[in-house]
Amino acid sequence: MSGGEKVISIEPLTRVEGEGHLRLVMENGKIKEVSLIIDETPRLFEAFLVGRKYDEVHEIASRICGICYVAHQITALRAVEKAIGVSVTEEIKKLRRFLAFAGWIQSHSLHLAFLALPDYFGHESVFSMLKSPEHKDLVTLGIKLRTLGNKLVEQLGGRWAHPVTCVVGGFSKLPDQKWVEKAKEMLKEGKPDAEKLGKVVAKLEVPDFTVDREHVALWDPKEYPINEGRLRSNKGLDISEDEFTKFILESTDPKTNVKRSKVKGRDVLLVGPLARVNLNYDKLSDDAKALADEAGVKFPSQNPFLQNLARAMELVHSFDECLKILDELDITAIKPKVEFEVKPGIGAAVTEAPRGILYHGYRIGRNGLVMSANVVTPTVHNVSSAEADLWSFGPHIANLSVDEATLKCGMLIRAYDFCLSCSVHVLRL
Amino acid sequence: MAQVKMKEKAKVAIFKLSSCGGCQLQLVDAGEDFLKLLDHIDIVYFPIAKSENLDGPYDIVLVEGSACSAEEIEHLRKIRASTKYLVALGTCACFGGLQSIRNFEPTAKLVDMVYEKPPKSHPTKSFGIDEYVKVDAYVVGCPVEPSEVVEVIKSLLMGVKPRFPPYSVCVECKLRENECFLLKGIPCMGPITAGGCNALCPSSNRPCEGCRGPTKDPNSKALAKLLFELGATNEDVRRKFRKYAAASMAFAGVGV
Ligand code: SF4
Repeated sequence: MSGGEKVISIEPLTRVEGEGHLRLVMENGKIKEVSLIIDETPRLFEAFLVGRKYDEVHEIASRICGICYVAHQITALRAVEKAIGVSVTEEIKKLRRFLAFAGWIQSHSLHLAFLALPDYFGHESVFSMLKSPEHKDLVTLGIKLRTLGNKLVEQLGGRWAHPVTCVVGGFSKLPDQKWVEKAKEMLKEGKPDAEKLGKVVAKLEVPDFTVDREHVALWDPKEYPINEGRLRSNKGLDISEDEFTKFILESTDPKTNVKRSKVKGRDVLLVGPLARVNLNYDKLSDDAKALADEAGVKFPSQNPFLQNLARAMELVHSFDECLKILDELDITAIKPKVEFEVKPGIGAAVTEAPRGILYHGYRIGRNGLVMSANVVTPTVHNVSSAEADLWSFGPHIANLSVDEATLKCGMLIRAYDFCLSCSVHVLRL
Repeated sequence: MAQVKMKEKAKVAIFKLSSCGGCQLQLVDAGEDFLKLLDHIDIVYFPIAKSENLDGPYDIVLVEGSACSAEEIEHLRKIRASTKYLVALGTCACFGGLQSIRNFEPTAKLVDMVYEKPPKSHPTKSFGIDEYVKVDAYVVGCPVEPSEVVEVIKSLLMGVKPRFPPYSVCVECKLRENECFLLKGIPCMGPITAGGCNALCPSSNRPCEGCRGPTKDPNSKALAKLLFELGATNEDVRRKFRKYAAASMAFAGVGV
């Protein structure tokens, strides 16, 4: 099967958020062409945010993505608050941290159960899994976990998709102590489900495929990073969020004419669960780490297929984090919002969206209006990383039929959990 | 309206144009109600969730997003030709969505602000999809309410017109006995925004921003006048009306 030309085409990419396609051409067992193209029409958020008011930026930015809206809101809020000179209290930071982890729960369980797993069990979708007596329960498990993540976001955010209570300076309204007790109960009840799904993921057979990629993630000395931290990598990057655009640069690939992001002076980068687990393994909860043992995997790892395992570990970890935050919280003593005056200025923030580092930068003028906006989403980096992976994937697919090779490439791409709607807004860094 | 349900399950397809993807996920997140619906429908095209996606003809198509490029407009026309019923899913599809904010500036200038080189597919202005094709039912909201998506599919299956609240957010807000933002002197879009969210934002201590688009026969001019009286500038008023449904006829001529 290795002779002649083999064309692998996935159009449109399925079980991936947003519109895109893949074309990969092999000749005599060697890869000749890889193009992973995003087909979304740009919505031009960064252009139409200009002229909008500082207090609606996060509400508008939320609509960049229908899965990682929590991350977009928190990143926009932090960047705007920095620009206009607002500092929020430690309590508000904790609640935002809770919200972000709840966002991971809904996003990670959606990806694992609905988008990634069907391939591993020979199904085209969860709808076909639902019809299989053997795999039906996995779908129900996924729905349960996603619903739980949604509920947690809704209880604090007012609505699960595009929440409404997050505002500049804090929250417009906070739930009461009863919510804290209820949320704890839900988390305790749901955690065994997360571990169950995690164990399924830990047992998946993945190709032994190793690349050499720069993994970039937030880093914090004490906590598993989500809403703030320094940007670090396995190749020595160590910068603050304010230096982001100086070190993560865009360049045009002369071969494909596609824009890629690169680390200054080096190559493309991988962001997201695998990068985070690799760089912050010691801060994961014991139950999250137990999944790595279950899978017999040692981190750091350079196998992009293990993004699914890392995601499952983070899913379990998110339960532990949320519980810890609630245990330490006295919600009755929290002032929902800090008072502030709006000063003109510039501000940038980087957070860990479910799919990896997310950058927002704004300049706010004297009248409180946005003068410029810049958003760099994780998928921008990961599309380049996946494309680079596919260039070295040849030996793993050379002896497969076109159908089997297509499935394998699809599985690799899906392990990245792209969010293509997100990624089109951003090309200028 | 003819009944869709036949001996076989109804074929349903979900397409995405320029959008965030949030509305289609609301359908999946309808939970139990969605699973029950699967007894009556076959989802045959839904690329975010399925690998095997069939071409038409379909019985019901849900379109999320607005058509914002020549390619998307052509795609939308083909979709229309392939289905019995077409539903506009969400404020993007119904009224153009947040990306309609950009309709008042030359698109080329905006593209230039974001891209160094022009992108492959060139964006145009953003309108509701009924600018280009006939729409049989509208589900508003950014995002839509899961129950309303289920409701619209059920209604089409039974051949009845889906029923959504004919009143504004303001009415729901009064029923919830919230303190009125406008009476406190804070601009709020509640009086002219389609109800059905149970006044979510005002009940969360935030004024309505109009994410569900205009209600039936909104008195836009009267609200604009009130906002001016509260001290809003022309720019402030324009920003309020040119947001989720900037392209809507009901808002045309306000704050120009
Ligand atoms: S209406 Fe809002 S939630 Fe729905 S697709 Fe458009 S931006 Fe997303």
